[in-house]
Amino acid sequence: MTPALLYGLTAVALCAIGLHGAMAQAHLLRRILALNILGAGVFLLSVALARRAPHLAPDPVPQALVLTGIVVAVCVSALALALLRHLQADIGRSALPEDGAATGTEAAGPARDA
Amino acid sequence: MTMIALAFDGLLALTLIVLAWRTLASPDLHQAVVLLVAFGLQLSLAWVRLDAPDIALAEAAIGAGITGVLLMGALGQLADSADSAPSTPGPGAAIVPLQDESQRQHGTGPRVLLLLLTLMFAAALGTAVWQVMVSSDGLLPAVQAQMPASGVAHPVTAVLLNFRAYDTLLEMAVLMLALLGVLALSRTANPSWPEPSPVLTALARGLLPLVTLVAAYLLWRGSHAPGGAFQAGAVLAGALVLANLAGAPALPAYGALLRSAVALGLAVFVGVALVAMSLEGALLEYPSAIAGGLILLIEASLTLSIALVLTLLVTGVRAGETS
Repeated sequence: MTPALLYGLTAVALCAIGLHGAMAQAHLLRRILALNILGAGVFLLSVALARRAPHLAPDPVPQALVLTGIVVAVCVSALALALLRHLQADIGRSALPEDGAATGTEAAGPARDA
Repeated sequence: MTMIALAFDGLLALTLIVLAWRTLASPDLHQAVVLLVAFGLQLSLAWVRLDAPDIALAEAAIGAGITGVLLMGALGQLADSADSAPSTPGPGAAIVPLQDESQRQHGTGPRVLLLLLTLMFAAALGTAVWQVMVSSDGLLPAVQAQMPASGVAHPVTAVLLNFRAYDTLLEMAVLMLALLGVLALSRTANPSWPEPSPVLTALARGLLPLVTLVAAYLLWRGSHAPGGAFQAGAVLAGALVLANLAGAPALPAYGALLRSAVALGLAVFVGVALVAMSLEGALLEYPSAIAGGLILLIEASLTLSIALVLTLLVTGVRAGETS
């Protein structure tokens, strides 16, 4: 069990958790969190694949691409959060209409009576 | 691999998975955001264990730092607008059907199906990863062969700013697009930070000069050791956001000076690309005699632009000056 294989399998688990969350969660902020986790899983997989030859230096190309990816991921998060604020200001809740209103301790808008 | 190293890696991997799961399963949104920040910090350790110190620096500054502040600011703004929601619905509410359902909004069938599909995906990807983890040089020999001509001594910097400089140029464009999108969508100017405590103000006053120095050092260091424009820019953005949180907005109003500074990174990069094209015939092919100097010039302007863009993404622009 090399570090590359261990972190590669961890990355697969993170991708699965993130993907499931992105689809199953109703609250859009949680979807953004899930997409961040999915991105982290993909990056971890790339860098683990860069470490497949333990006796050599790591492969610098995937590392450079993941560095780019981290910066792009934070841009995506920022834009997604701005869209979420805009959506909540419009319809008063933090979930898409087809997903129902998020309730409980969520920071969603108040439910409306038809 | 020694037993202690294996145990540490195993524990770190387990921590990452548990943190990710708890982030999405926790009922409280504030807790979820804090868990994601903790996840980012643990991920930095994973990067170090995978011999990727450049990524560890960037992840700690951007993934844990900037994203954390971004999410907490968004959480505060979502809570604010929920409390002060207008009594007359906004334009989109009229067509929103009433859905009086609890958090468990799907039936059991679709949820089980989704879980099964996710497990199948994980099994397929896990098998593929298992089979592909054979010892492989990758592109390392190709990069090492071209290192003398790259102008820098650190392979990751050479790849980022010479061999794959086109990707970095487009990434800078993506940063600017994200900023334009966020500014176009802003209705409220700044997130409502709480009143800073005297401890925070004193700490910020002491830390800011040091952090700026660290950022400059990281920028210079990138040519021969882990570091470079992205890490330096992210650390500098952290300093500027800290200044904001401590009650002293460090950036001027969003006028011509700030806009020029934000655009400087991309402008210099494109300028160097065009000059290189006129001299050598191919886009971004630096003349090898001055490659090192060109890379430093590009990195310096990128650092400034990245720091400003990341800060503005978090703090927004001064109220009333978006246009």
